[in-house]
Amino acid sequence: MTKSNRDEKKAKDKKSKRANADSGKTETDGRIARRPLALLIATRKGAFILRGNKSRRNWEISEPIFLGHTVHHILQDPRDPESILMAARTGHLGPTVFRSIDRGKNWVEAERPPAFRKVPEGQKGLVVDHVFWLTPGHPSEPGVWYAGSSPQGLFRSEDGGKTWDGVDGFNENPMRHAWVGGDQDGTPDGPKLHSVLIDPRDANHIYLGMSMGGVFESLDKGGSWKPLNKGCAADFLPDQNVEYGHDPHCVRLHPLMPERLYQQNHCGIYRMERGAGEWIRVGDNMPKKVGDIGFPLVLHPRDPDTAWVFPMDGTTVWPRTSPEGKPAAYVTQDAGNSWKRLDKGLPKRDAWLTVKRQAMASDSRDPVGVYFGTTSGEVWGSRNEGKSWDCLVRSLPHIYSIEVAES
Amino acid sequence: MKVHIPTALRSYTGGLGEVEAEGATLDHLLRELDRRYPGFRFRIIDEQDGIRSHIKIFIDMEQARDIRATLREADEVSILLALSGG
Repeated sequence: MTKSNRDEKKAKDKKSKRANADSGKTETDGRIARRPLALLIATRKGAFILRGNKSRRNWEISEPIFLGHTVHHILQDPRDPESILMAARTGHLGPTVFRSIDRGKNWVEAERPPAFRKVPEGQKGLVVDHVFWLTPGHPSEPGVWYAGSSPQGLFRSEDGGKTWDGVDGFNENPMRHAWVGGDQDGTPDGPKLHSVLIDPRDANHIYLGMSMGGVFESLDKGGSWKPLNKGCAADFLPDQNVEYGHDPHCVRLHPLMPERLYQQNHCGIYRMERGAGEWIRVGDNMPKKVGDIGFPLVLHPRDPDTAWVFPMDGTTVWPRTSPEGKPAAYVTQDAGNSWKRLDKGLPKRDAWLTVKRQAMASDSRDPVGVYFGTTSGEVWGSRNEGKSWDCLVRSLPHIYSIEVAES
Repeated sequence: MKVHIPTALRSYTGGLGEVEAEGATLDHLLRELDRRYPGFRFRIIDEQDGIRSHIKIFIDMEQARDIRATLREADEVSILLALSGG
C-alpha cells in the first residue's frame, strides 16, 4: 500500500468513524454494533426511562423515578453519557435538580440548586418556582450545564450539576423586568426560560428563548444579552414591531449549520438565517386548515433542511389539541418551504392530543427515529423519519419532555 | 425540641417522622436540620427566606409566618404539607 493509499484509507476510516458516531454505531473489525437507545421521559408525576432494543422495535418502560415529583426535564450529558440530570419539584416541595452518574440507576440531589439572589430585607426578590429546562454546555467545557427556570432565570453549573449559580448578566440585568413583562405575560403554567442553545463553534455564544420575552442572544457567555426577534409576529401585543416580548415556544439551532435557527412560536413557525438577521414565517407554507401553531420543533441530526413539528389548534380559545382531533406531525425537507403531513399509524379521528415543547425528539440513527409524548401519557415513535408511527407506551402521566439517550 | 417531619420530607431524614433538634429561632432550627439532612431546607424555604406557599409550619399550635420566629426549649415544631391540592 502506497503512502497516499494509506492516507486515503486513514481518512476514509476517520470519516466512517465520525459517521458511525453520529448514528450511534460503534465499529469492531468491520462489524457494526449499535448501542440501544432509551427515551428519558419527564412527566407530571415522575420520570421514566423507556429502553428500546437495537432495532428500536421493542421498548420496555422502567419503574417510575421519583414518583409523584413534577419532572420538567431529564437529559443525558452527551459529553459524559453516564451523567443524567433531572429538574424536579413536587406540588408542595420546592424546586431542585437531581443528578445520576450511572445512567439513571442512582440519584443525588444538587448541593445548591438553582436559586435567585437573595435581596435585602424589605425588597421583593424572585423565587424559582420550577426549573424548566436543562442544557449541557459546550463540548470544550465538560461539567458545564445551563438551566432555565420559571419565572425566567438563567443558571449555570460548572461541576456537572452539583452546584448552581445565577447568570448575573441575565438575572440581575436592569432590563430583565422589561424583557419578561409582568404577571399577565406568562404561560398558564408560569413564564418560562427555555431553549438554551450553545453555538457549537463558540462556548461564549448562547441563545435563549422566553415565554414570554422572545429570543435573546449573548456573545459573552451570558454577560450581556440582546433581543433577536426581528420579523417575528406578536399577535397578542398592539405593536407588531416590538424588539422583545415575543413568545417562542421552542427554538432550535442546527449543529451542522449554526447560522440557521428555527423556532416554533406562539405566532407560527419561523426560520432565521443569521446573515439575513430576520425571522421568516415558513409556517405560512403549512396547510391553512391545520395552521402553524404548536409547541415542539425537532431537527434532523444530519440535514439542516429537515425539521418536524406537531401542530395544535391555536384558534378561538386555543384548545391546544390536535386540529379537528386528527393528530399528525409535519415534516419539511426544504427548510420550511413546503411541509408534508405524517399521520400513518396515528389515530384518524377523535384524538385530542397535546404535545408540549420538550416532548418531541429525534435520534441520530439512519433512518432517523422521531418520538413524541402526549399530555395524555402516550409515547409514539417512528423508526422511519415519521413515515409511520407506533404507540410505544400508554397510560403514563402527563408528559412534559422526551429526550433521546444512549441506554 | 421535637420536630415533626411530613412524609414528603422523610427521604431526607432516613424515614424518620420525628427528630430532635435545637435552635433559638425557626431559621436556626431549619439550618441545623439542613446541616444534618442536606437539601432539606430549600425544599420548604425559598431563596428569599419565605416559607413556601404549600408548606405550613406550626410552633406548638400556632402557625409560623416567618422563619425569624423565636423558639423555646419546650416547643414542638410541626412541618406540614398544606391542603392545597384537593
